[in-house]
Amino acid sequence: MTALRREAHPSLAPPAIFRRRTLADREDLLGRIMLAPALIYVIVLVGAPLLLAVLLSFSASFAGSLEFRWIGLRNFASILADSQFRLALRNTTLFTVISQILVMILAVTAAHILEAAFAGRRVVRFLLLLPWAVPVSLAAMAWTWIFDSTFSVINWTLKVTGLLSGWFYWFGDPTLAMIAIITVHVWRMFPFATVIVLAGMTAVPQDIREAAVIDGASFWRRLFQVNLPLLLPIITVSVLFGVVFTSTDLGVVWLLTRGGPYNSTHVLSTLAFQRGILGANLGQGASIAIFLLPVLFLAAVGMLRVARRTEVGA
Amino acid sequence: MGYVEARSLHKHFGEVRAVDGVDLDVKEGELLVLLGPSGCGKTTLMRMIAGLEIPTAGEIYIAGELVDQDVPPRARGIAMVFQSYALYPHKTAFQNIAFPLEALRKPPAEIKRSVDWGAGMFGIRHLLGRRPRQLSGGERQRVALARSVVREPRVFLFDEPLSNLDAQLRAVARFELKQFQRQIGTTTIYVTHDQIEAMGLGDRIAVMNRGKVRQIGTPQEVYNYPADTFVATFLGSPPMNLVPRDVHTIIGFRPETFLPKSAFPADVHVETFQLRVREVEHLGSDRLVYGSLEGFQGEAPVISDIPSTITMPIAEGETYPFAVARPNLRTFDAQTGFRRDDRAA
Repeated sequence: MTALRREAHPSLAPPAIFRRRTLADREDLLGRIMLAPALIYVIVLVGAPLLLAVLLSFSASFAGSLEFRWIGLRNFASILADSQFRLALRNTTLFTVISQILVMILAVTAAHILEAAFAGRRVVRFLLLLPWAVPVSLAAMAWTWIFDSTFSVINWTLKVTGLLSGWFYWFGDPTLAMIAIITVHVWRMFPFATVIVLAGMTAVPQDIREAAVIDGASFWRRLFQVNLPLLLPIITVSVLFGVVFTSTDLGVVWLLTRGGPYNSTHVLSTLAFQRGILGANLGQGASIAIFLLPVLFLAAVGMLRVARRTEVGA
Repeated sequence: MGYVEARSLHKHFGEVRAVDGVDLDVKEGELLVLLGPSGCGKTTLMRMIAGLEIPTAGEIYIAGELVDQDVPPRARGIAMVFQSYALYPHKTAFQNIAFPLEALRKPPAEIKRSVDWGAGMFGIRHLLGRRPRQLSGGERQRVALARSVVREPRVFLFDEPLSNLDAQLRAVARFELKQFQRQIGTTTIYVTHDQIEAMGLGDRIAVMNRGKVRQIGTPQEVYNYPADTFVATFLGSPPMNLVPRDVHTIIGFRPETFLPKSAFPADVHVETFQLRVREVEHLGSDRLVYGSLEGFQGEAPVISDIPSTITMPIAEGETYPFAVARPNLRTFDAQTGFRRDDRAA
């Protein structure tokens, strides 16, 4: 004890190396340095193209020319008058809304199933995540086979079991093509949503769920009056993700139908690609592409508000 | 036959025997407290009665009816108040209390009447429009109680319902809870690890340890005649002094019965010990004297709890004659820990 009290015992003095302030001590600078790569990435690869797209949407620009002519809102006026655009807008909304509704129903169901303890639960959970992890191009290839006009697994299965007498030309009929597209969207998005809902369910206190059991509530009453309201914040976040992913997705529609048959399944992103890149009308393509930006922004703000308001406080 | 009965009830989680052969007999209308340290199995026992856990073995009867795993919680006629109150955070107090009635599909007018009655019983009518997060701890607890009472259950199960309240509020709530239970007369099982709560509330107390019920009896019985050395030391603060007298026998006496010999009238039969005082704590209403008995193996440590009415000066480091009145002396078997039958005294 006495030795400790005496000052400046050589072995107790901090080593000289610790005395100088190092980079690790300067949190302000260190923080900026560590954030820099992410920030540069966002600015160069997200921010700049977005800004460019916004600028292009106000211009009459064409691929192959560096000319930039400001034409104000005329691109937007012309696409709004375009029935093809209005159809794409309708399709985008339809695909997004229907697939999100289906995704949430499936995700909540799957989360309830996966929550129960059963043998092989981990394996099932792992398998469930696969669709989300598979590259969309690869998945779309598989789905084009599933929906193939000659080899469709679905058709042949229905045929063999005697449930189908005719034949589904999946990509030849606008309604069937839309069903196919929505199916793939749902298949892609629901694993992710399931994981989010599953995570949300672990945040619902066990006591509250048991109280509902003790209070004599049936499964449906518990689901709709206790579990779902408590899951609402996290479901909102999941839906927000889903809406943004689905409504901006190019891959699924492009790889499955290329907007066909007869341009009936175009969504905004595929139409923008067709007009802007393939059709070389950069200005119009850009205006189609960013058309939903304000809507998505408002949707995001609105949903985050809902999420915050319904958050379960202590 | 009891109103709620457990027969050789077991619950094992893998190797762990959370409840290890419990026989319990709760009489109609009584308030039975399950008391024990954390992990003793009291909550698991209650959860099995509630139907939230399925027993590994054994049977449970409620009002003479066997409730096995085919009888879900909602069919058992029980209501439960959780330690956290488990209120539905997105529902108002009214909706919380109404929820079990809605589950029974009662007509809205009747629900309104019942909620009003339940809320009136706990004085929370003015809070019915609020959500749980807008309520204080005490108010939440009342909402939880009102929710449990409106469906008029056959049995109340309380899982440490007072432990989230601060000390002052807890004493008030304990009193109110007892009043309420007396008034309504519903058979109640109450889980706690707090011996003061148990002593104050229970018509009878079941003391549990390691999945077994060590003793069931009135608060006075378990306090004055503990069945074994575990109960003797778990109840009472400070706990009963246990001193090995010889290889076969442990003697036990409560600190408040262990007083300076001069405090006893001459005609009382006492057993006298020489107490070497190590430390004295002045607690206001009484003094706690820590020390050890001389003439026992290993200098047996003991505590004396002297009321402030005895003013005799006691100095640390000195030795004084202390005594216990013979009727207050208990003897336990050193091997088994069980009390020898000395109740005749």
